[in-house]
Amino acid sequence: MLLLLGLALTAYAQPPDSTVLLNAAGATFPYPIYSKWFSDYHQAHPNVQINYQSIGSGGGIQQLKAGTVDFGASDMPLNDQLLGQFNFKIIQFPTVLGAVVPTYNIPGVSGELKFTAKALSDIYLGKVTKWNDSEIASANPGVKLPGNDIVVIHRSDGSGTTFVWTDYLSKVNPEWKSKVGSNTSVNWPVGLGGKGNEGVSGLVKQTPNSIGYVELIYAMQNHMGFGLVQNADGKFIKASLTSVTEAAAGAAAKMKSDVRISITDATGADTYPICSFTYLLIPQTISDGTKREAIKAFLDWMLTTGQGSVESLNYARLPKAVVGIEMKNLAEIK
Amino acid sequence: MSVDATAMERAPSPWTGRALLRRLAIGDEVAHLVTLIFAFTVILLTSLLVYQLFLNSAASRHAFGWHFWLSRTWDPVFEHFGAAPFIYGTLVTSAISLLIAVPLGLAAAVFLSELAPRSISDTISFLIDLLAAVPSVIFGLLGIFIVVPMMRTMIGPALKDTLGFLPLFQGPNYGVGFLTAGIVLAIMVVPYIISVSREVLLTVPRDQREAALALGATRWESTWKVVVPWARTGITGSVFLALARAVGETMAVTMVIGNDPKIATSLFAPGYTIAAVIANEFTEATGKLYLSSLIELGLVLFMITLILNGCARLLIIATERGGGHP
Repeated sequence: MLLLLGLALTAYAQPPDSTVLLNAAGATFPYPIYSKWFSDYHQAHPNVQINYQSIGSGGGIQQLKAGTVDFGASDMPLNDQLLGQFNFKIIQFPTVLGAVVPTYNIPGVSGELKFTAKALSDIYLGKVTKWNDSEIASANPGVKLPGNDIVVIHRSDGSGTTFVWTDYLSKVNPEWKSKVGSNTSVNWPVGLGGKGNEGVSGLVKQTPNSIGYVELIYAMQNHMGFGLVQNADGKFIKASLTSVTEAAAGAAAKMKSDVRISITDATGADTYPICSFTYLLIPQTISDGTKREAIKAFLDWMLTTGQGSVESLNYARLPKAVVGIEMKNLAEIK
Repeated sequence: MSVDATAMERAPSPWTGRALLRRLAIGDEVAHLVTLIFAFTVILLTSLLVYQLFLNSAASRHAFGWHFWLSRTWDPVFEHFGAAPFIYGTLVTSAISLLIAVPLGLAAAVFLSELAPRSISDTISFLIDLLAAVPSVIFGLLGIFIVVPMMRTMIGPALKDTLGFLPLFQGPNYGVGFLTAGIVLAIMVVPYIISVSREVLLTVPRDQREAALALGATRWESTWKVVVPWARTGITGSVFLALARAVGETMAVTMVIGNDPKIATSLFAPGYTIAAVIANEFTEATGKLYLSSLIELGLVLFMITLILNGCARLLIIATERGGGHP
């Protein structure tokens, strides 16, 4: 009903002919910044209007495949198998960075815990089952950890957050890679599922001796405490917008024109290891000339002016090297 | 003969000229046609739904066959999909909810229709109808903030102390799980049972009650042996309406069941239901087989509903044979 009303209203308020209307759909994680960008861009360029539905990465990919949207958005880079299902070529543009942090609730422990990669992956594999296990305790000297059973909590809904988390665990633990792997949802060896960041953080808050993972932006906005994670260089890092951009910069060195690079467990002294890009999926050939120019102009704006406003919404901005690569890829759209 | 023929010519055929117009004006034919079309729309919608589910689940049906119903693995990474834990979770949570909601709802309906003064009955019924209109996410929140902590600190330990010898009440109690989901579902479906059962009980003719009382039955005997059996078809209907809601409920269940696709004997263990996994994973599912398996889960849910409804019909037929209400 609302949809019909909405349709009727848009039809009624039909913009003048010169207006370019772009439809996009996809990931929910970057939705706050995308809606800010699209609205800011519309203010600066009143003839371009971008309508974004945050229906999830999977839905965005499906709609782009079906040709019902002009471009899509995904938290997970499309691999070759997925790209093969399209009957046109896709160029993927990283837009912002997100990170995932471990959060926990242990009665009597108030400080920030440090987690090694091994500890985190063994907890989620169900091999480390008690909080005072030496794998956790050895990284946290001076913290009195209880001997209680760990209650593992993960996302129940498919999400880019789960993809980043499992991608990280796959990289640091070969057993995880062969047994569980990485995807927007996986076959979890142990644990309870909560729906959304709020579901996970709600379960963690309510369940004593539990551990879960949430997006950094969610933890920051809700003033939640979270743990430090050991990076590839052996340093324990607390996630922050700078340590996330740092990880991307380190990874960008290995990036040539293919931006589909995983930046979890990146090297570099100050990098936070559990983070990733989120992507816009743009068809390489756009036959409608006005649409093509509008999309290219928007991407150009997003990579320059747009990046300036991401930190106000707690997203980490793209490192300069990545922007440079994307600017080159932008010319490929024809 | 000739007289007959002229009589027939004079008698207007129902489908010719003026007669048809007259009947149309009355509205008979129009009403017939319109309602017929509407009735067929329902059938058409249902068939289209099944057809679409069937069509879009082709990849998964071909890959797994009937094994899909029995397999316990749900692995989106390695693309092994099986519905067994979800079917189990759906049936167990629905059964728990009915076990709680049927006695509660029926007793409340008997009180409201037979014992309570009309003004009280109407007020309470109004509130119950309001309860039936509350969105399910509200019940989910109620579950998270009230039922889950209660389950962890009070209900769970109490059950373990008293019935802990049963495998149903053993194992770790996280607060979320089959039992919690069943309780939240019971709270959600009880208004349906009360509301429909009360209406049905109120339609039992007064003389049925008076006849029983005249035969020397007590009020309780007249209610329990005459009124309730008279209304049992309607009451069964209300129970199956509740069951249908419980089987298909998504939001409230996923918030309190723990979302772990495992088949566990313990009612404290976390589980998963069909509706919940579809809602959780559909938006972010990529890959043909994964999507197709989620759609086949929808088909499975539809078939379970069909089977349950068939059982309901059989039950109603069986109880009608036993006498009582015609």
